[in-house]
Formats: sequence, C-alpha cells, structure tokens
Amino acid sequence: MNIPNSITTLIAGIVITLISLWYGQNHGLLPVAASADASDVDDLFNLMMTIATGLFLLIEGVLVICMFRFRRKKGDLTDGPSIEGNIPLEIVWTAIPTLIVFVLAIYSFEIYNQMGGLDPMASRGGMMAMHNHGGGHNMDSMVAMGDTNDSRMAIGIGKSPGDGDEPALLVDVNGLQYAWIFTYPETGIVSGDLHIPEGRRVQLNMKAADVIHAFWLPEFRIKQDVMPGQVSKLSFVANREGTYPVICAELCGSYHGGMKTTMTVDSPEAFDEWVQSRTVAMQSQDSVAVNPSDLSDAAFLQSYAEEMGVIENTLEQLPHVIPDDAVSVLPQ
Amino acid sequence: MSDATIHHAGDRKWTDYFTFCTDHKVIGIQYLVTSFFFYFVGGVMAEMVRTELATPDPDFVSPEVYNQLFTMHGTIMIFLWIVPAGAAFANYLIPLMIGADDMAFPRLNAVAFWMQPVGGILLISSFFVGAPQSGWTSYPPLSLISGKWGEELWILCLLILGTASILGAINFVTTIFKMRIPDMDIHSMPLFCWAMLATSALILLSTPVLAAALILLSFDLMAGTAFFNPTGGGDPIVYQHLFWFYSHPAVYIMVLPFFGVISEVLPVHSRKPIFGYRAIAYSGLAISFLGLIVWAHHMFTSGTPGWLRMFFMATTMLVAVPTGIKIFSWCATLWGGKLQLNSALLFAIGFLSSFLIGGLTGVMLAAAPFDIHVHDTYFVVGHFHYVLFGGSVFALFSGVYHWYPKMTGKMYDETWGKIHFVMTFIGFNLTFLPMHYLGMQGMNRRVALYDPQYQSVNQICTIGSYILAVSTLPFLVSMALGFIKGEAAGRNPWRALTLEWQTTSPPQIENFEEMPVLWAGPYDYGIDSESEDGDEDVEDMLTEVANVA
Repeated sequence: MNIPNSITTLIAGIVITLISLWYGQNHGLLPVAASADASDVDDLFNLMMTIATGLFLLIEGVLVICMFRFRRKKGDLTDGPSIEGNIPLEIVWTAIPTLIVFVLAIYSFEIYNQMGGLDPMASRGGMMAMHNHGGGHNMDSMVAMGDTNDSRMAIGIGKSPGDGDEPALLVDVNGLQYAWIFTYPETGIVSGDLHIPEGRRVQLNMKAADVIHAFWLPEFRIKQDVMPGQVSKLSFVANREGTYPVICAELCGSYHGGMKTTMTVDSPEAFDEWVQSRTVAMQSQDSVAVNPSDLSDAAFLQSYAEEMGVIENTLEQLPHVIPDDAVSVLPQ
Repeated sequence: MSDATIHHAGDRKWTDYFTFCTDHKVIGIQYLVTSFFFYFVGGVMAEMVRTELATPDPDFVSPEVYNQLFTMHGTIMIFLWIVPAGAAFANYLIPLMIGADDMAFPRLNAVAFWMQPVGGILLISSFFVGAPQSGWTSYPPLSLISGKWGEELWILCLLILGTASILGAINFVTTIFKMRIPDMDIHSMPLFCWAMLATSALILLSTPVLAAALILLSFDLMAGTAFFNPTGGGDPIVYQHLFWFYSHPAVYIMVLPFFGVISEVLPVHSRKPIFGYRAIAYSGLAISFLGLIVWAHHMFTSGTPGWLRMFFMATTMLVAVPTGIKIFSWCATLWGGKLQLNSALLFAIGFLSSFLIGGLTGVMLAAAPFDIHVHDTYFVVGHFHYVLFGGSVFALFSGVYHWYPKMTGKMYDETWGKIHFVMTFIGFNLTFLPMHYLGMQGMNRRVALYDPQYQSVNQICTIGSYILAVSTLPFLVSMALGFIKGEAAGRNPWRALTLEWQTTSPPQIENFEEMPVLWAGPYDYGIDSESEDGDEDVEDMLTEVANVA
C-alpha cells in the first residue's frame, strides 16, 4: 500500500468515525423519554446507532467506490486479479463483529437487569397483588389465596420497590377489544385513562378479557403483552409530567388501531386531587347499588364508554367469550 | 433420470409447462412463473394496504377488509412468492450446476410443484368465505374468533405448501449429495448449492413443527379443543413458540437461497473469484444452525420470563457474525474487479446496500431493551422489508436477469432492465426507510387507523409503494422484449465458469450432451490470462476430452 493511499484511508476512517459519533447522538428518531429507564434504553440505542452508522458508511462507501472506480472499460474482456481470500482480513472482519455483539449483548443485559427485567421478587409480587387488591399486604392471606398460577413465573419488566421505599401505586389493567380499563385497587377508582403521580413507582398488573393485547408506552420505552388467563406486569417511575399515549401494540381485531388511551403523569399533589375528585364522583354515582355481574358486559361498560372514547357499537360487538375470571378484575 | 427418456423428442413444447412434467427445468420455470403470479397478487394487496394508510381514517376499505388484506399479503408473499421462488432457482440450477441430468426424485419434484397452485387457490378462495384476518402469525385466541372458514383454509394452505417445501428440501439435499459429477467434490461445488444445503436443512428441521402447531390450532378452531385457547385452559404462548420455531428459520429459508444467487452473480460480473469461498459456504451453515435457536426474539414482549429473553437476545446477536462475514466477503469480491454494471449486477449491488440496512436494524432489534420499545411497530415492518424485499427480492431479480439468457436462450433488454432497477431502488427506499422513524415515534403495525400526526410520513411511504408497483412494468417490458426480439444468447454470454453455462441455452432436455467436464473451479476468474475468451476454451476442452475418450 503506498503512502497517499494510506493517508486517504486514514482520513476516510476519521471522517466516518466523526459522522457516526455525531449522528449517534443527534438522530432525533426517538420521542421524549419520560422515565430514567427510558433514557437508559435511549443510551443503548444511541450506541447501536453510532456503530450502525459507521458500518453503513463503510459498506455503502465501498459499494459506491466499486461502482465508479472498478467499472469495466469498454472492450476490456480481461479478468480482474485472482484474489481468492485473505486470511488476516477475514479474521479481522470476523473478530470485530464478534466483539461488537458481545459488547452490545452485555450492555443490553445490564440495562435490562437495571430496568428490573430479571427481578424475581417483582415478578412474584406482581402475581400476588393481582389476587389481593384492596386487601393490604398480608403475606398469609396471599399465600392462602394463591392458586396454581402463583407458582408460575410472572411475566413482565420492572423493579419491585426496595425495603425503605414508598410502596408502589398498584393499578389493575384490563385489556379488551378495544379499550383499556384501569382499576385502582386501593381506592376503587375505575377509569378509562391512566393517571399516575410523578416520581412514585407504579406497578401495573395486567390481564386481558378476550384476546392478546399489548400495553405500550412509547415515551417510557416499555411494552408488555396482556394475555387472557395469565397476569403480566409492568413497573416504572415517571420523571416527567405530561400526557402520553397508551397504545395497544398486538393485533387484537379490526379496530386494533383505535385501541388507545392516554396516561397522565401529574405532580403528586395534582394526582391526589384527581383521586379525590374521582372518589367523590364515584360515591354520588354509587347511590343506586347495582351488582355488576348481573349486567351484560356491554351494559356494565356503558357508563365508562364515554370517557374511554369507545363508541357504543364497539361495546355491543364485545365477544361473548370473556372468561369469568377476567371480569373479576373489574370492580366488585 | 429414467424419466428423461420419455421426453426424447427435441425441444420443449409450451404445453409441457402446463403438465405434470418431471423435467427439473420445466418445474423450475413453473415455480418461477407461478411465484411471480402470486407476487403480483400479493403486490396488489400491498398497494391497497398502502392506499388505506394514505389517510389516518379507515376510509378506503373497512377495517375488517384491511386486516384481511395484510394477512393475505404477508401469507402470499412469504409462502407463495419468496419461498417458491427460491425453490424455482434451486430446481432449475442445482442439477445443471452439478452436472446431473435431473433431480434425484423427479416425480416427487413435480408433486411438490403442483401443490403450489392447489395451496394458492385454497388461500385465495378464502375471500369467498371471509378471508383470515388475524395476521400471517395467526395468534390464538384472536385467530379462533375471527372467522372460522377463512382461518381453516389458511391452515390447509400452509399445511400443503409446507409439505411441498419439505418434499423439495429432501430432493435438493439428495441431489446435491448423490448426483454431482465425480470430479466435483463438495468444495468445488458452486456456492448456490451450499446455500440450498443450508436452506434445506432448516426446512427439514423446522417445517414439521409448524405443521404440528397448525394441526392443533385447527383442532381448537373446528373441534373446540383447548390446546391454545385460554378459556379452556390452553396456553396461547405455546402456539407462539411452535409458530416461531418454524417462522424464524423461515426468514433464513427465504433469504439463504438468494445469498447463494448473489455468490454466483457477483464473481461473474465483476470478473473476480469469490472472496473467501469456504467462509461464505460455512457461514451459511452457521446461519442455518443459529437460525434454529433464536425464535423467541419474536416474543420479547410476550409471555416470556426474563432469563429466556436474555438467552435469545444473545443467540440472535450472534447471527450478525456469519452474516457480516458474507457481506464483507461480497464487498471484497467486488473490490478491484472489472464490474460490468448490467441489470444483474446492479440488482446484486442493490441487494448488498439494502440488505445491509436490514442486518443493522436486525442487530438493534436483537437487543431486548430496545426491541421492547419497537416490537410490533413500523420499525419492525421496515426492518423485515429491508431483509425480504431489499434482500431476497433484489437478489431474486438479480438472479432472473443473470439466468434469463440460460433459461430462454435470448438476452433480456438491458435498458429497460436498468430502468427497472432505478425505479425499484428509489421506490423501495422511499416506501420502507421512513417506516423505521414511524415505529420509533409510536406508530404500531397492523392498524387501519392511526394518529393523524403520522400522516405526512405515511404518505411518503404510500408514494414510494406506487413507484415500486409501477417499477414492475419495465421489468415485464425487459423480459418481453428479450423474449420477442432478444439476440441469441449462446451457451455462455457472461463467460461464466459454473457448469450450467457449458450446455446450450436453453439447455436440452437431458441437460448435457455428455457428462460435463470440470476444467476450472466455479470462480477461477483471472487465474490464467489464456482463459480470457472462456467460451472458446470450454469448447476446446470439451473436444479435447471427447477425443481422449
């Protein structure tokens, strides 16, 4: 390799590196991050984007150069040089990707673990809370109430609160074609949109009434399938006030695209106010006692339909396959 | 084999292509033309999907019909377009490349082909009873409650096509191992044959698992059993495991044959040996093996525990290593060559540049924390179209242009071929690149209605898809002009070294006049300056050997 050629290669390498480093931080492809975990995921993506940009520029650059520099001259019927391989080069381009994927795998593992994806206590807590809403944190009663489901590993992602921390705000989530219903077991609030306080851990215990749905919070970079017959959970801490979309991400039928609501992250004070206002509203409504299990699904959901943005027709189309235990997630 | 004697009389009649013919070349063409027919059918559905998505409201078709369209689009493009198109090349090329006169089991081969139209007609006929609308993944419980008969026809279609795929794979493996000319050891075999070995291994190991899953799903659907139905105590997650145990390898089943096509096209048109023959051959086998242990990366947000997600994250990332080896080796093959930028090579380079993006986003998706964000979004839709359109389909067109002279004996129209490439490349990138952005921002997939803030980007995608649709016209023009008034191609218009170019174009019914002679390795370009005008050399060698004999 002659000298000018090495210099050109060196400069090209530096330019590619600089562009990759810059673009990896400034791609602007992700929406705002509303939790610390989301920012960690973004850091991981930015690293991957940096590496990907570098490889993209390298390979596309080689291809473009080939198309111009190594184009066959008209009338030239000779062959190119007979190069059948180059062992050192092949070792390099095997070793470098191997190294990259090892680094990415370990880094991803760290982030996933940090988000609580491997937190066994969180998993078990998630299962039990489901069978225990409104009943406080009595271990004995939970064990007594445990059914065979409790021995199964719970599914989901998110940390359990540490010993000294404030207990997590529990919310039961029920997914059904084509709406989300949120129940706050501690206060009995039932809502079509989710309200949570900023800075406090929230734990969602999720179950589907009919088919598989997926609960996705794009601004929190978390998503978890919500399944009939099996509880899954998400736990997270919001660090940014605002109203964010809640989207169903698993095909659940013809109006799958319309199955969305919002999650409002309030300041702790504003959240308390919201809880107060909803509790008062509930008490005035509850003067006529109705046993929800006596009503059809459509009739029962009617009163929530408006605030959930669900059209009446959708309710009437509700499938009649909702298992009994799924309805029990709704307020008693 | 012995069947070849039935067709002793000279050339093929056009009616042969509509019969139960056991000639592997006829079957190859039958596969290719049939798969192109379904490409156009599936393409029309894709255009209807994109038209619907030009606006945020479900106004072009009803949401039910929309779900039917993308379900049928996915099923058709996978099972009736790309998989059989791979089988088309394998059928046509393997016997020619290894110097055999036919496949090992010609009748089985014809049976496998004729299952294609049967499966295809069953699938299309589901429109009369309400087409399936639970996606090509057909997850229960949704698939159990959204139209019984459409779903059942979908299952039957896949069982038939899966069986055909298994029959084909048995044929390919046996032919490659048992019917090579004696001179050709496994390391002087063209790389396309290596790719088909890796593909066939995957088909044989994974397709039966899909069949099992579909039969159980069928019981749930028709007989009210509860293998997967949670209302009866079944587990829908088990279906997902069984489904992806086939359907992730299916991605490699769809792309490995076309890796093989690229390994054939690049050396010929850049006049250089393939760079790292063994590395490319073995990395295909490595992809095939790894492909069997990565399926649950489709289930990172499903009912899977954390440790399982981490295991499948690690194995999935490893796939990047053998895939990287291939991409680097192909680039090194081009580097320093004498590139003839015809339609075949342009599509091959288009393949490299597009598939690269699919590979890079693939590594991103393997990282579970990021995948959890973009799973089931348009990011994934963008990713797999870069792999399957930017990868498989670009390479498929490259292969069609490359072997068109061999298959028809005439040259295609180069100008229209190049227009086809430019339009496809622009239309493809315009359609699928913006989807990555949409997915990361928050647009989920499989939706007939979406948030109005995504409308402008979606319209770019829709315009791109129209360009892509129109780009098939120059392709058809190039093919038709070649067929009507293309100049005669001769035996070896590309001066290529693999055996299929030693016989006439199109090859005679018995493939070769006599057993072909392996006078050079498949990619020995530039080794001997004497061999510049290779065509004559082949003739010389043949006469020489004939004289000796």
